[in-house]
Amino acid sequence: MPVDIKSPAGAPHARILGVGGYRPSRVVTNEQICQVIDSTDEWITTRTGIKERRWATAEETVAVMSLAAAGKALAAAGVEAEQIGLVVISTVTHLAQTPSLAAMVANELGALNAAAFDISAACAGFCHGLALAQDAVRGGSAEYVLVIGVERLSDLTDMNDRSTAFIFGDGAGAAVVGPSETPGIGPVVWGADGAQYEAIGQTFNWDVLREQTDIGFPALRMNGQQVFRWASYQMVPVAKRALEKAGISAEDLDAFIPHQANMRITDAMIKALKLPEHVPVARDIARTGNTSAASIPLAMERMLEEGEAPHGGVALLIGFGAGLVYAAQVVVLP
Amino acid sequence: MATQEEILQGLAEIVNEVAGIDVEDVQSDKSFTEDLDVDSLTMVEVVVAAEEKFGVKIPDEEVKNLSTVGDAVTYIQSHQD
Repeated sequence: MPVDIKSPAGAPHARILGVGGYRPSRVVTNEQICQVIDSTDEWITTRTGIKERRWATAEETVAVMSLAAAGKALAAAGVEAEQIGLVVISTVTHLAQTPSLAAMVANELGALNAAAFDISAACAGFCHGLALAQDAVRGGSAEYVLVIGVERLSDLTDMNDRSTAFIFGDGAGAAVVGPSETPGIGPVVWGADGAQYEAIGQTFNWDVLREQTDIGFPALRMNGQQVFRWASYQMVPVAKRALEKAGISAEDLDAFIPHQANMRITDAMIKALKLPEHVPVARDIARTGNTSAASIPLAMERMLEEGEAPHGGVALLIGFGAGLVYAAQVVVLP
Repeated sequence: MATQEEILQGLAEIVNEVAGIDVEDVQSDKSFTEDLDVDSLTMVEVVVAAEEKFGVKIPDEEVKNLSTVGDAVTYIQSHQD
């Protein structure tokens, strides 16, 4: 008979205790974009709902933006950095293969008792991180978890690509997840459809640069129609399952915060979900662009700040992106 | 099996509902983008609604070949079960 080992003891439930965002200083309007690409403000607005986006300056690195967002989230949660047991960062624009951005950020933040790693789930990264955070808190692997979504997508934008140059933005959003006596994060509905691996990706992989040195830097490319169809129609059953698993209906929602990919996708989802008109919908994309993993916490922060969504209200989150991958859950807003 | 006329009529109703274009403007020789001002994303909405209405599959790679209303009618007619 082998010796008994102990299992970790976790919290009964987990919830988001605080959220914080960082919007870089440089505002880039559609007019400015159209000085480079042959397009118009009207064309960009009708196809994406984007009026302007923020692009980071050289000083606004992914680490700097992460630290700023994390500081606000910790303050909002009333949690000290040294109480954090895990830092999870979702990003596709930390341009070092290793070490992780999370290790650097945890150290600079003073989260010296935390495990730290990055995840790669593109625009669904924040919802993936939230699911991991919930499991860590409930499973006893960490009492408090810091989840950060951060991107400098301007680094991977081809300014000559008429189909993507206007979409992407930069920024960071963070959430502190911790123990709760009542349920604060519903069951996650997540998955991956690798058959659509090519739908969104880099123009070429980094290793190509070993042989070809005259081709510049890779950029993000996307099959817009394919992604639009997938997101607008196949994400609706995912969102419905997340509501079902949380035991609520769309009527009960105080906010709908989808990944800010494209206003047209958001509108198509609202229609297909038959979302009641009284439910406020995140439309942060108009001023922020598509910031991938940062978009949901940034939109959440704005809705709370502007009083559009109530503290303690119930929100449906859904992230979807390159992979193609997705994750959705219902949360109680901090 | 819907006839060519029925498909055209049904498609016109979809384009009207999705893009707000008058049913009588949706004629076989009309280009979706040039004449009807249907952009690439609206085209996806039209295609998805047409798939449902006519029980056909219109894959993404086929959508770009459907430049006129007539192209779409022909495709739908020849791919009905």
